[in-house]
Amino acid sequence: MTVKTITTGELAKKVVNHEETLILDVRNTDEFDDWKIEGGKVKVFNEPYFNLLDGIESVERDLQKDQEVIVVCAKGGSSQMVGELLEEAGYSDVYSLEGGMKAWSEHLEPTKVADLNGGGSLYQFVRLGKGCLSYFIESDGEAAVIDANRMTEIYETFAKEKGVNIKHLIDTHLHADHISGGRQLAENAKGTYYLPPKDATDVTFDHTALQEGRDIVVGNTRVKVQPIYSPGHTLGSTSLIIDDQYLLTGDILFIESIGRPDLAGKAEDWVGDLRETLYKRYKELSNDLVVLPAHYSFAKELGKGGKVSARLGDLYQKNSGLQVDDEGEFRKMVTDNLPPQPNAYDKIRHTNMGKVNPDEEERREMEIGPNRCAVHG
Amino acid sequence: MNIEANERLDAKGLACPMPIVKTKKALTNLEPGQVIEVQATDKGSTADIKAWAESTGHQYLGTVEEREVLTHYVRKASESEKNGETKHEDVTELEDLRSKVDGDEDLSILDVREPAEFAFGHIPGAINIPLGELEERFEELNEDDELHVICRTGSRSDLAAQKLSGKGYKHVRNVVPGMAEWEGPTDKTN
Repeated sequence: MTVKTITTGELAKKVVNHEETLILDVRNTDEFDDWKIEGGKVKVFNEPYFNLLDGIESVERDLQKDQEVIVVCAKGGSSQMVGELLEEAGYSDVYSLEGGMKAWSEHLEPTKVADLNGGGSLYQFVRLGKGCLSYFIESDGEAAVIDANRMTEIYETFAKEKGVNIKHLIDTHLHADHISGGRQLAENAKGTYYLPPKDATDVTFDHTALQEGRDIVVGNTRVKVQPIYSPGHTLGSTSLIIDDQYLLTGDILFIESIGRPDLAGKAEDWVGDLRETLYKRYKELSNDLVVLPAHYSFAKELGKGGKVSARLGDLYQKNSGLQVDDEGEFRKMVTDNLPPQPNAYDKIRHTNMGKVNPDEEERREMEIGPNRCAVHG
Repeated sequence: MNIEANERLDAKGLACPMPIVKTKKALTNLEPGQVIEVQATDKGSTADIKAWAESTGHQYLGTVEEREVLTHYVRKASESEKNGETKHEDVTELEDLRSKVDGDEDLSILDVREPAEFAFGHIPGAINIPLGELEERFEELNEDDELHVICRTGSRSDLAAQKLSGKGYKHVRNVVPGMAEWEGPTDKTN
């Protein structure tokens, strides 16, 4: 007997469309507590597969026999086995998630943010399994990808479907939570890879400086990408204003929270920069800019179709990280509330600098787990 | 590292859930208190075997990683060790043993757990004779020493202490509870 399977893409659609979704996660409880599928109307509960080998009694009270349930594990093997056990026990609508959490971690769900000047478009790629957000601008046959994830073929396929060539790869900062796909995409497409100079001092490969005053144009002078130096998460962190309307804040400002300054071990040094960026530089920008961050951390931030965005002026009213008038109090909030470091963050930074070159399997393992780039006030 | 086990299971090349499913099956053939060695290549097997052992009452001893192979050691649950009743009258509390160890006193410590348990952490200087081998090997011990007998929970060491007293050893003390709660220095046999 083989259990029906559901792909990460099909599950992602259910999540972003806010469909009722019941998930039985059969990984061990430590892994479940660390990181699980969230968002939309997902209801998820945990019972490790090894507790179900002698009988499924422990999950019976949480499951109706005719109810749809998606069984999830680390890689897709145990969920298949538990699915079979459930079917043998008379459950009729059981699915196993293909590839498990490993595949879920790699799924990107594209959603259109806006139409841009002269027929261009801006898309947000939501990495539901990790909370990473990357961006794809297409205009007049050309494309730019911002804060690209490791799964480069997803952007390449998307570009092909849209009939555009990827020309510009931009990272708003040196990432510590995920491996950047920017360098690989630039190599494949013979495009230009832009990095902020202050984050690229130890980078071992050729790249172009991402600098305030040097705008990047996507397509035939149509879509303007304007870098704004905004340190605080890293020393080089640079925001981008797209088409005078959209502010890509990288890991500096999120919808419900603000960036953390410590991933290069510099919390005390960089908290002043973070303050300056959030309370001065961004304040000088138009309140009507639409903020598009590089992460989200709460499932409730996922809006219609999975989109994550907010008006800058509204964030100055609502985001708790922007309401702290006293500088000392701000410093304390940021440095006292630091969450655990992301998994393998130091090795990820060194990979992104080109200093180490782990194989594909190791890269996948390094990224497994939750994202922890934000400070919650 | 060469660690003795009563049974060896080869689960190399098998993906989750098979390493645990096979371990569970193999364990049914073992006597309570015996140790199984499980070789696996699935990286997730370490966290899973540990969590599985905890949820079933078996004792996860540890894992040795060598090249790509993870070798896990699990000791089958033993009901008789759980009742906590001890009969040997001369008892040393774990914390008293701790202060003696910390004070660098000249001590004789006899650890009667299985070699695999001993290998993953024991008090420095302790000698290891598993309870099951004591009958043949007790003569290795010096009759004049004050012997501190320890195991994981105080149950096997109680039996060992009784046995040694029966053999005429006069200065035998059972250490309670045992290594399960030891927070002092440990050595590993690598």
